[in-house]
Amino acid sequence: MSSKECYHCGADCGKKPIIFNEKEFCCNGCKTVYEILNANELTCYYDLQIAPGTIPKEIKGKFNYLENTEIIEKLLEFNDGSTSVVEFYIPSIHCSSCIWVLENLSKLNKGVITSMVNFPNKTLRITFKNDLSQLKELAELITSIGYEPYISLEDDSKKLHKVDKTLIYQVSIAAFAFGNIMLLSFPEYFEVDEFWLEKYKYLFRWLMFVMVIPVVFYSGKGYFISAYKGLKHKILNIDVPIALGISVLFIRSSIEILLDIGSGFFDSLAGLIFFLLLGKFFQQKTYNFLSFERDYKSYFPIAVTKIVDGLETNIPVNDIKKGDRLLIRNEELIPVDGILINGNAAINYSFVTGESVPTVKQSGDKLFAGGKQTQGAIEMEVISTISQSYLTQLWSNDVINKPTDFTIKNLTDTISKYFTIAILSIAFIAGIFWYFKNPSMAFNVVTAVLIIACPCALALSAPFAIGNMLRIFGYKKFYLKNAETLEKISKITTIIFDKTGTITTSHKTQLKYTGKALTTNELKTVKTVLRASNHPLSRTLYEYIKQKPFSEKLTTFEEVLGKGINASINDIDIKLGSASFVGVNLSSINETSIYVEINKELKGAFIFQNSYRDGLKEVFETLNINYKLVILSGDNEGEKEFLESLLPKNTQFQFNQKPEDKLNYIKNLQQKGEKVMMVGDGLNDAGALAQSEVGIAVSEDVNVFSPACDAILDAKLFNKLPKFLTLSSKTMGIIKTSFVISLLYNLIGMYFALTGQLTPVVAAILMPLSSISIVVFVTIMTNLASKKFVI
Amino acid sequence: MEVVYITIGVSIIVAIFFFIVFIKSVKSGQYEDTYTPSVRMLFDDELVTPSDKDKIKDKESKSESTK
Repeated sequence: MSSKECYHCGADCGKKPIIFNEKEFCCNGCKTVYEILNANELTCYYDLQIAPGTIPKEIKGKFNYLENTEIIEKLLEFNDGSTSVVEFYIPSIHCSSCIWVLENLSKLNKGVITSMVNFPNKTLRITFKNDLSQLKELAELITSIGYEPYISLEDDSKKLHKVDKTLIYQVSIAAFAFGNIMLLSFPEYFEVDEFWLEKYKYLFRWLMFVMVIPVVFYSGKGYFISAYKGLKHKILNIDVPIALGISVLFIRSSIEILLDIGSGFFDSLAGLIFFLLLGKFFQQKTYNFLSFERDYKSYFPIAVTKIVDGLETNIPVNDIKKGDRLLIRNEELIPVDGILINGNAAINYSFVTGESVPTVKQSGDKLFAGGKQTQGAIEMEVISTISQSYLTQLWSNDVINKPTDFTIKNLTDTISKYFTIAILSIAFIAGIFWYFKNPSMAFNVVTAVLIIACPCALALSAPFAIGNMLRIFGYKKFYLKNAETLEKISKITTIIFDKTGTITTSHKTQLKYTGKALTTNELKTVKTVLRASNHPLSRTLYEYIKQKPFSEKLTTFEEVLGKGINASINDIDIKLGSASFVGVNLSSINETSIYVEINKELKGAFIFQNSYRDGLKEVFETLNINYKLVILSGDNEGEKEFLESLLPKNTQFQFNQKPEDKLNYIKNLQQKGEKVMMVGDGLNDAGALAQSEVGIAVSEDVNVFSPACDAILDAKLFNKLPKFLTLSSKTMGIIKTSFVISLLYNLIGMYFALTGQLTPVVAAILMPLSSISIVVFVTIMTNLASKKFVI
Repeated sequence: MEVVYITIGVSIIVAIFFFIVFIKSVKSGQYEDTYTPSVRMLFDDELVTPSDKDKIKDKESKSESTK
């Protein structure tokens, strides 16, 4: 270890580490955590993992709202008066040390009975005694050791979310029955005319019959329901021939054992349903730590501080009324639209627009919901309730609340239409043919055709190919919501990008200086002045100027809120601030900038520029070959020229787009027959993401936030987007190939069926063989395809 | 050979018993978090007792582990 690393969090300690107990810490926060753990004999925390901690955040008064009984009630999962259970979502859980220290909470707080971590979900469930601990106390305790719980408005409506386990039960029943039935049907397959076998075969048959009943009517019920729904909408989806196959198998087998004709096809039936459900199960790829359904509620706080007659009270956000006066502390989110009454407002709207440079507001200005105050506390007066706010109104739009529609026609269903018609006609013709040739065989042949045509392999290829690809994508940090998304991606014709936060990064803000060059001395002076200011723009500029500030104190210093700074040092007068503050009249320039005036002479301005993501040009050039590209931005046209020079010529630009405008723009394109993919990031894109065929959210930190969408892309992988799109199309190609193979199997089976030779043994071999070989084929092919496209 | 009725019966009862156990374990949420328990069981040795000896032990074990 060359540089000194913090014992607690592993960050660089800089030149002056804080030494405590022979250990070095980067800041007082980290040291305090160590002190707490050390005093409670919990230093094992540091043995399990080197530097496992996170720097604790300032929390003064942040959790005061947890004293409000109404809010406590909403958060607690269980409360019988003496013991309570609460579950916190803690984004900073990341290693085994975290699990250990959080599960030893009882050492830190007497009231805690048990605490249990669910690592994949990053949640902590605490059971505690009401008379010994308070919810607020616990929240503050875990925050003080660096695990701040994330409590949002979403928790307000939290019901115990049930995981749907029906499919697991269905699969396990089918698997159970399949295994047992196979064993029971074996003796008859060998056709030995043995006395005891003859005697027991009836027992075996009826046992199989009993076992297959739950498989058909419970495990397989989804196919009947889906087929019925499809027929009602006049769509011959893949479930129609499957449901037909299942019913024919069941009816014919039952008739066979009733009339003592044969042993029936019970094993094939159970096997068929088992394989089909397995495909469904495999296709379900869920990411515990992601949510594709987020709306503004998961961004917004659950409670807010209201000021009544100079006194602070905490009220739930939903109870905010027009005219209320709210106190927004540093780092708190503004939950409703309002007017700034007093305080120094620098609002970071990055959740909404993706723009991370804070906007400065003065008292009397309108504040929009969704912004985060970044500097001190402010007071505001509410002008609309939460559901009426500018941003949240978007969620009352129908697009966002639309139910999953039935109109999406996937590849499998398209083929199954012709497939179903084909097998029905084959069965019909074969029936007529055999009716005249040998009437006793007619029933046999018709049912055999329907059984063998049951498109098991066909229905399996898409789920396994797509399921496998979803896994590969997830592994590469491109998270798709479901299998449909992948199919939809392969049909896209137009791609729309949001600008700020999507094609620009929110981390790096570049500064550019224009005007007369500043001397080193002047730069030093500017930096000295900036040192006194707490304004976020000042802080950024302060870090940008590399020269060292003077050690002298400023002679005069005056900060005009929302405008700039007036200061003097060493007989130099300096004015830093907005264009109007220094008397420049340049309304046409819309950039965020700081103007510099030294001794009444205007020198120039530092302009804040967005920095574009790496490889942006290449991404657009690659995509331009196959897709129409549009940039849809809520910003002004400030950077239009630059973008035009950077991006391919036929890229379209739309600026000054409100959230609704974006939504409508996409709607218009769709009416013209375009299939639209929206790539966005902020809450203001939520409408557009929902309206588009595929909405991709670009996220700097996939664990934390992204609006509701179909896919989440790690921002670092933005330049890989074209590869992901190509890979999606490749997957569809693989599925098509596997369709051809499975049709070949059907042709072989058809030969046995049409000649009246389909015996249970043939079916029992052909069905699993075709299914398994298709699964193997698509798995190998998708793996190969993804290997070729090294991402 | 009537014993076949018994053996088949027993085997099916055993199979159904395990099947029910499986369904119950799914219902109780055993398969929802398959990661945390695997880490948790390693912590049994790190029991915390409030004595100075342990502190020394901790340091010792730490210096050992770094070797």
